[in-house]
Amino acid sequence: MYSKSNTFFKGVIDVMPLMIPVVPFGIIFGAIGIELGFGPYLTYATSVIIFSGASQIVILQLFSAGASSLVAITSSSVVSTRHLLYGAVVSQHLNHLSIYWKIGLSYLLTDQAFAVSNEYFKKNNDNIFKHYYLVGSGFTLWFIWQATTIIGIFLGSIVPEELGLTFTIPLTFLALLVNYLRKIDHLIVIILSGISSIVFFDAPFKAYIILSSIIALIGATILIKIKKK
Amino acid sequence: MSIWFSIIIAGLINYLTRLVSVLAINPKKMSERTKKILTYVPSAVFPAIIFPAVFLNQENQLVQLNDPKVIAILISFIIGIITKNLIITILGGLITFWTIIFLI
Repeated sequence: MYSKSNTFFKGVIDVMPLMIPVVPFGIIFGAIGIELGFGPYLTYATSVIIFSGASQIVILQLFSAGASSLVAITSSSVVSTRHLLYGAVVSQHLNHLSIYWKIGLSYLLTDQAFAVSNEYFKKNNDNIFKHYYLVGSGFTLWFIWQATTIIGIFLGSIVPEELGLTFTIPLTFLALLVNYLRKIDHLIVIILSGISSIVFFDAPFKAYIILSSIIALIGATILIKIKKK
Repeated sequence: MSIWFSIIIAGLINYLTRLVSVLAINPKKMSERTKKILTYVPSAVFPAIIFPAVFLNQENQLVQLNDPKVIAILISFIIGIITKNLIITILGGLITFWTIIFLI
């Protein structure tokens, strides 16, 4: 009953609600790139070359503030280190694939594509075409991100600021955790990571994301040990 | 030109962070304990994106507890626990947020 196409389209459909923040954020990003003076080509190129909203914003903001290339590259790279953890999780489901598949799929491994694919892989472990789910969800995100960046570049800030749509970013990430909210061990890890991110927010090179993630995973390790006893 | 070069380097590094684990990790050699720890990755990473966006203002200071974002995220948290539904959780939080900033 599993096929390449129905697995692909399941990914496309499941990722649709996550477009609620992606659409305005893409437009805002395109507009910011122009406002900061980077021009249409460079602004758009970051969406293809970096393809990670958070890293793109960080690098353009640092450059416009006069930071050196080294600082800008380091910060945007430190922000991306969380992908190492995503890769470790999905590697358990992609290991049987050829190196070409892995090289292609990795480009699509964004926060949202990881989150929905991880849930799908766990529930449909027997689907031999399950990687098509990551293709469907990842490509949809890629396409919408490219399209909205271009819209933002040409039309500017057409998203009214009063709507406060940047709030949809944390909201979506919370929604991506719905399956874990009833589990007390996960709740502890969530709160540990959240508090750490506030405490270490001023850490150099935007390291607070990876720092908080590591602290929370150490907490998870301890929780697993306690549970065993 | 230097900015273009930097963007390409940053893009390459960003891509490598996505590729390295997928390519280098052999899950057959992964211990059960490591696999168990990795199930906590979403719960360990996403809050670090959520919390600063909700609880810090543009000057990086803690917001008041009655801030619309704080109230809306708490409501959507409760909706999430009750419904376990992604779409309802997003829409519930957004409607709460808009209700507070536009109507109250």
